Amino acid sequence: MEHERVKPSRRKFLKTAATVAGTAIGIKLLASSRYLLFAAEPKDETLPWYGIVFDIEKCIGCGKCAKSCKIENDVPREPFYFRTWVEQYTVKNDGSVDIISPNGGIDGFEQRVPDGEIFKSYFVPKMCNHCSKSPCIQVCPVGATFDSPEGIVLIDEKYCIGCRYCVQACPYGCRFIHPEKKVASKCTLCYHRLKKNLDPVCIEVCPTGARMYGNLRDPNSKLVKFLKEHTTQVLRPHLNTGSKLYYNALRMEVK
Amino acid sequence: MDPHTLHLYEMLSKAQGYIFPNELDLQWGILIVVYPFITGLVAGAFILASLERVFNVRELKPTYQIALLTALSFLLVATMPLISHLSQPQRAYEIMITPHSSSAMAIFGFVYLWYLMVVLLLEIWFDYRESMVVWSKEKKGIMKWVYRILTLGLSDISHETVRWDKKLGYLVTIIGIPSAFILHGYVGFIFGSIKANPWWSTPLMPIIFLFSAMVSGIALVMFIYMAVSHFRKQPVELKVLDTIGRYLFFILILDFTLEGLDQIHRIYESDESFEIIKLLVAGKLYLTLFISQGLFGTIIPLIILAFLQFYKRAISIRKTLYLLVSILALIGVYSMRWNVVIGGQLFSKSYSGFTSFKLGLIGLDGTLMAAFWLLLPFGILGFLLWLLPPWKMVEGKE
Repeated sequence: MEHERVKPSRRKFLKTAATVAGTAIGIKLLASSRYLLFAAEPKDETLPWYGIVFDIEKCIGCGKCAKSCKIENDVPREPFYFRTWVEQYTVKNDGSVDIISPNGGIDGFEQRVPDGEIFKSYFVPKMCNHCSKSPCIQVCPVGATFDSPEGIVLIDEKYCIGCRYCVQACPYGCRFIHPEKKVASKCTLCYHRLKKNLDPVCIEVCPTGARMYGNLRDPNSKLVKFLKEHTTQVLRPHLNTGSKLYYNALRMEVK
Repeated sequence: MDPHTLHLYEMLSKAQGYIFPNELDLQWGILIVVYPFITGLVAGAFILASLERVFNVRELKPTYQIALLTALSFLLVATMPLISHLSQPQRAYEIMITPHSSSAMAIFGFVYLWYLMVVLLLEIWFDYRESMVVWSKEKKGIMKWVYRILTLGLSDISHETVRWDKKLGYLVTIIGIPSAFILHGYVGFIFGSIKANPWWSTPLMPIIFLFSAMVSGIALVMFIYMAVSHFRKQPVELKVLDTIGRYLFFILILDFTLEGLDQIHRIYESDESFEIIKLLVAGKLYLTLFISQGLFGTIIPLIILAFLQFYKRAISIRKTLYLLVSILALIGVYSMRWNVVIGGQLFSKSYSGFTSFKLGLIGLDGTLMAAFWLLLPFGILGFLLWLLPPWKMVEGKE
């Protein structure tokens, strides 16, 4: 019956169409799994695709990163506006955790837990995760916040309407409303410096090399090598934000 | 130092536990509490009016136009708290010109305009056209021209044309019901879709917003109907109150069930945010959630409404109870908006601490301004009731 209903030429066309569609879907799936490690899809293959690593084992909590960032990027000096800051975690013997970040760590830290009660203490630097599936970009009603071709999340200050939806949408607390400019503000990975082949200022001033950045697309880059050799993790992986800020030795207390 | 920075320094000492440094500056204040409250009143009042029209509920007839004009009065103000809270209000138009397709907020302008222009204004116009034509012939001086302009020059009130007015008005109502659902369900989605915030992020949020909107809208129409009757020195019809009261009772039960389900689900799933949220509701939200929203805004109205379903004696007691219920339900829904908007910002996304919210009296984001935006619609409604009095509408139209 079927032989009579479907002409051979038509049958052949359908077969070819199915093969082409199947191959296209297959390639698409393969292509996305290529970048599974980074949970991200670079767009422009000719440009670098930046990722960042913070090595918790190396951070000494000097706060130079936070301080230099404020100077470089004209961040208000008040202790409640930061593009990057450092947190100190102190796990006590009883299992409770004490977290502090006085003035973002700029003035250094003073351990307030008595020595005898400390199980472990460490520092965690924080900043924009430059997510590739960024919730802040998703919610911006006018598209004032966007992805640069290098995978850096930026804000157009002349375009932002100041609705603050992005501040609400960021799970990492990295955004604030600039009190003078009255627009959303956050880390740009010192995009202005990158364009002049300079390192982001927080990375340049870090005395221990706890902060690294590099091209995720280059298999020989220092960053990709580090990711291969270490057990790294992003913050809040279950939120699937495509974070490109990886932490080495991240402990479960850190949110 | 500017007042806002001073305020933040004061708040610095009030933060509890650990909060991310940028979280001290609370982003959405009382204006964003007022905004979904007002939008909810619009959607709720409109849905009540539509019930009358679509299902031909005769008892609700005296409240039909009042409900529509109430919805319009509040809708005209709905965008004001939203625009005035922007830190770049002069760029607000960008949201209409270059909307970002993935943003829930970007669609607001379009949903709003659709609802205002296609639904409310059209429906009211079809409803009043015949009366306005008659009034433009009766009145003298400037009012004659006002009504003539409002009819848009369409002065044919033959039987056939008026029949078409009714038909088209009915069609707009049919389109209007899903539009009202979208208008407010969408407002809930703005909050419900934020995965960064566990207090907001629930697929139930749009539907909870919708049902609480219906509660507040129905309660408001009940209140306004009583107030208007009082000012007009007309008797309040109990059968009207009983019917609205019955709707309010059922919707309130549904709303309570949905919100209860949301909380039960949260408690039972008990995910990583549970501990901080438990502290939030038992601490900073205790008064507004359990007392204001739960007890006064939900439980007491439910008990009174249940009682009124079978208590049919003393008229003055019933009227007083209905008045009480309408005010309590409004307070309850306002508290719900507060608990969502402010509550969602009081705990840190580090799940390790709390920030504080101090409501100022003056300023763009203060109590007085919020009160102004909440009272302004009543002024507009007064004007609309004077301009388009439902009780003077031409007979035969209805």
